[in-house]
Amino acid sequence: MDTAGDAARARHIAVDETEPGVLRLHLSGRWTLDAHPPSASDVFERARVSMATRVTVDTDPRLRWDSGLLIFLRGVSSAATERRMSVDFTGLPEGARRLLALASAAPAHGGAGLDGDRLSMLDRLGARAIATARTAVDALAFVGEAGVGVFRLAIGSARFRRSDLFVVMQDVGARALPIVSLISFLVGVILAYVGAMQLRAFGAQVYVADLVSVAMTREMGAMMTAVVMAGRTGAAFAAQLGTMQVNEEIDALTTLGISPMEFLVLPRMVALALMMPLLGLYADLLGMLGGAAVGVGLLHLGGLEYYERSVQAIALNDFAAGLIKASVFGVLVAVAGCLRGMQSGRSSAAVGAAATSAVVTAIVLIIVSDAAMTVLFDILHL
Amino acid sequence: MTTAIEVRNLDMMYGDRVVQRDLNFVVETGDIFVIMGPSGTGKSTLLRHMIGLVAPARGDVYYEATGLWTGDDESRQRVLRRIGVLYQEGALWSSMTLAENVALPVEEFTDLPMATVRDVARLKLALVGLAGFEDFYPPQLSGGMRKRAGLARALALDPDILFFDEPSSGLDPISSRHLDDLILELRDSLGATVVMVTHELASIFAIGTRAVFLDDEAKTITAAGNPTTLLHESGDPKVHRFLTRGREPGR
Repeated sequence: MDTAGDAARARHIAVDETEPGVLRLHLSGRWTLDAHPPSASDVFERARVSMATRVTVDTDPRLRWDSGLLIFLRGVSSAATERRMSVDFTGLPEGARRLLALASAAPAHGGAGLDGDRLSMLDRLGARAIATARTAVDALAFVGEAGVGVFRLAIGSARFRRSDLFVVMQDVGARALPIVSLISFLVGVILAYVGAMQLRAFGAQVYVADLVSVAMTREMGAMMTAVVMAGRTGAAFAAQLGTMQVNEEIDALTTLGISPMEFLVLPRMVALALMMPLLGLYADLLGMLGGAAVGVGLLHLGGLEYYERSVQAIALNDFAAGLIKASVFGVLVAVAGCLRGMQSGRSSAAVGAAATSAVVTAIVLIIVSDAAMTVLFDILHL
Repeated sequence: MTTAIEVRNLDMMYGDRVVQRDLNFVVETGDIFVIMGPSGTGKSTLLRHMIGLVAPARGDVYYEATGLWTGDDESRQRVLRRIGVLYQEGALWSSMTLAENVALPVEEFTDLPMATVRDVARLKLALVGLAGFEDFYPPQLSGGMRKRAGLARALALDPDILFFDEPSSGLDPISSRHLDDLILELRDSLGATVVMVTHELASIFAIGTRAVFLDDEAKTITAAGNPTTLLHESGDPKVHRFLTRGREPGR
């Protein structure tokens, strides 16, 4: 009983070549995917069919089948065509025959306008190069349009909702305080530690205060805030605008005659440019507090002493340098995020790529512009 | 005929708001079962309950003897493996090619060698008329092609029951007719059961074997039966208006 059950479960193929010129395949048992259908060409190889000109396939009436059978039969069909043999599927279950006919029917609508050809290596390289050049041109156009937008904002004719501006300002300003606090406090702590290790050798620990305050105000406050904002806000801008692109929301604005540049990009850019200097200042303070925590707690400097050294070490021009950098970084983060968002393709994968690319672009721009400004400020004695 | 799905005493709620209550109906094997009703009555929500995406507030959906929510997670997964779903916009994974989309369920739930998995993907795409489009990404396709690719993915594991959420929405009349023919052909040759949410009257009358009508005011099923019979014999003026695109009864 059990063996009969097993036999029904297994697939079986009987090859019959008694009739001259005809290869007859009789299928029985279970021809399902989980029974692992055999490869049709193996069957042909084993049957030594050089003489046959026709293949007929028929099946046991109790045959159980699913896609597994269809895959095998499609294999038979193509192997037979290769060997210039005709196929006869009339002995198959009605459903299988109809599905095979359906699968071999020509596509209902051809891929009009779509080219699915595989590209060669050189073609792909060329396509990539053209795409890169186009991206660069797009980026330039975007910056130009943004410039026009800022100009129109300055003369008061830019069209966007003021409430949007405040929502974005709140989001990129107040809501960013916790993460900026944590990062800049710790950066202050790290700077103080690194400085103390070197300065202790000369017994000059007290200069830790100078080091931390100058480094934070001129450099680290603005830069760390910018990096945090690139990850937090730049990616969010790109994802948001990219999703709007997917949902055709940006198209809807355009057809209404509202410039997406003014309506979506401008408020984000303005908000970040305004909020970044404030966040930078706040980061300076927190960083110096972090330095003071190390100075007072570990180096046993007096709190007042640390404060006075810090105040002596920094002047207004240090703050000015930091604030200018922060504003520039703010604009760069916003431009990178909005640019990648507006360029995003119309799929979920494209939105993910846009967000990633926004962060990468922003961080590269931050570091490059920081280096340029540091050199420039030195020349200008700022 | 055997029972494929039975919905018993199903209440659907969004928070405190009742969407539909006390739904009772049976889908027989081989049916092309239509869930119809005005927009916003909870047709798609009912479909989401039937495919295990949303837990009902009360009642259950039974596949043969297995309740989707009364049973454990494992039995639910077993049931879900036997169904295929075509979502409204295809819901293809956009970072994968069509072949990869179709192959994913096969790779995950069978131990077939890669070559066979590829054959399965090619076969399913050929069945829906997308032979030659294996290496395309979904964003490169038209809406109708995406929908057919979604159908190929729904067919990947040879499901016994197919669910369609508004299969003809966004398709031109001819493509929509082709899709109807395809559904019919697949039902007949695979011996599958089809459950679809639609308000495309042409499809309902052309291929629907049985239907339920969800009413937006009564918040439950007010009519059930063969769509054509409902059109001629339903005493409910709302059902009649729905099936005649707003003509008053008796005109």
